[in-house]
Amino acid sequence: MRPPVLFTSLLLLSGISILFSMANGSMDIGWVELLSAIHGNGEEFATRVILDLRWPRTAAAYVTGALLALAGGLMQVLLRNPLADPYVLGISGGAAVATLLTLLLGIGGIWLQGAAFIGALLSMLLVFGLSHGHGSWSISRLLLTGVVVAAGWGAAIGFLLALSPERDLRGMLFWLMGDLSYATTPVESLAVLLAGLLVAVASGRSLNLLAHGELVAATLGVTIQPLRRLIYIMASLLTAAAVTMGGSIGFVGLIVPHMLRLQGVRDHRVLLPAAALLGGCLLVIADTLARTLLAPRQLPVGTLTALIGVPVFLYLLYHSRERYGRDG
Amino acid sequence: MLRLETEQLGIRIAGIEICLNLDLRIDAGESWGVLGRNGAGKTTLLHTLAGLRRPELGTVKLEGNPLTSLTRRRIARHIGVLPQEHQDAFPASVMETVLIGRHPYLGPLQWEGAPDFAAARDALRAVGLECMETRGVATLSGGERRRLGIATLLAQDPGLLLLDEPTNHMDVHHQIHVLDLLRQRASAGQKSMLLVLHDPNLALRYCDHFLLLFGEGVTLQGTAAQVLTQPNLERLYGHPLQALQGPRGTVWLPR
Repeated sequence: MRPPVLFTSLLLLSGISILFSMANGSMDIGWVELLSAIHGNGEEFATRVILDLRWPRTAAAYVTGALLALAGGLMQVLLRNPLADPYVLGISGGAAVATLLTLLLGIGGIWLQGAAFIGALLSMLLVFGLSHGHGSWSISRLLLTGVVVAAGWGAAIGFLLALSPERDLRGMLFWLMGDLSYATTPVESLAVLLAGLLVAVASGRSLNLLAHGELVAATLGVTIQPLRRLIYIMASLLTAAAVTMGGSIGFVGLIVPHMLRLQGVRDHRVLLPAAALLGGCLLVIADTLARTLLAPRQLPVGTLTALIGVPVFLYLLYHSRERYGRDG
Repeated sequence: MLRLETEQLGIRIAGIEICLNLDLRIDAGESWGVLGRNGAGKTTLLHTLAGLRRPELGTVKLEGNPLTSLTRRRIARHIGVLPQEHQDAFPASVMETVLIGRHPYLGPLQWEGAPDFAAARDALRAVGLECMETRGVATLSGGERRRLGIATLLAQDPGLLLLDEPTNHMDVHHQIHVLDLLRQRASAGQKSMLLVLHDPNLALRYCDHFLLLFGEGVTLQGTAAQVLTQPNLERLYGHPLQALQGPRGTVWLPR
């Protein structure tokens, strides 16, 4: 797909999914009412529901999805591993442990998000520091450190869940499965997303080279270490921002970049911004379904992203002519 | 004109001495062959000459400037490297892979333009892959992938080409075709080449200077007449050789 066509379709899809999300919920609001509310001349109550409840949540879902997909795309090229996702290096584990601790201590509200962000950053610094060690900084070392730290966080999460009283467990599990119920209008996260997009587009051509191996990238003029640090830090910040808003929402970061790769989008200057848009759409649709499928009950959006994402991805992979790697 | 020189170069890797006090001068238009056994340090030497690793002792200078004082981008406009193996973690087309050779000439936010595509097409045509532009790299055979690597190097168009076993995975015809092509490009543009080769006969056919790595820091350099003697080659490979006179001069066969 040519970039102009790709971006036009993704922007259209974004508009449609956002309107779809705003129009659907436990209260029935028609398209006409929705449009008049957006124009500011709708009925009072419907306008309140749309602008104060649905808009912040829709915006949060879109930005979170974009953050995750962009972080996933960056992690995959950084680690040169198609299996990498935003959580592979333990960022979400750190955030989860910090969040569960605050829930366990009974502190809520704004502290929850602050704790998630601080937990994510601490985990990022821990992995970064440990993977430097005494020797050189290699990708396998970073990956191994991250995966082991993530396993450690996993154990800590289990420990905290075992200690928690019954009444807190539901909230904790929802957070762990990804949940946007507490999300607010994502101003700070949007800033992180824009910074991430800037870095992604500016270093996109270097990332194309990095995908061909460090040796080739270095001989063609890429300064490897600063680029890797920049990408690691940016991907971690994006993940931290996403985790802060919606807990650990799985699959978006893993599959969205590959969906685009399977459509023949391989240039990272196109792939990464497109992944952000597609990730946003996917999460908005998943979150709308999470709110409405069993309304008034809400489902954790993380389960919906997997339920939608996995079959779509497998379908694309099955019908794809692309071959991943050399295996025969 | 002098392109690359080393001063008192000493390279050691994992406790193994590759060279010691090596003074190498690669002038414009020269073609060097690096010969040595497996594990003698040919690739490590090549990476050191490209500035991809720091030497333990001494300096490598590009046109008089130490490599350590130059940015990778600047080096990439002068030195091109064909790696021993290609790593393709993600799908990419043949065209996309050749275009990465233009990276050192493009600004951070600049996209490849018509001249870059022209250079890429020219490079693909030169290695006979012109009808495969949209093919996925993962669908290429080993020899085709190797020719694609050469094409990327041609698109990069550096003054000094460091080639690590360029004929890997290639059949006899393509070995000769690619080496002919490289030599022809080199002599047309006063470019220099340094080739790591396992076949002394190919080296003899395409190189005018030789560097022999004997291990334990012992090296020998010079022209074919000076260094490619039977005792030297037998010592180099640790295998008895037989010299035969072919239509193009001496050929070496293992006994």
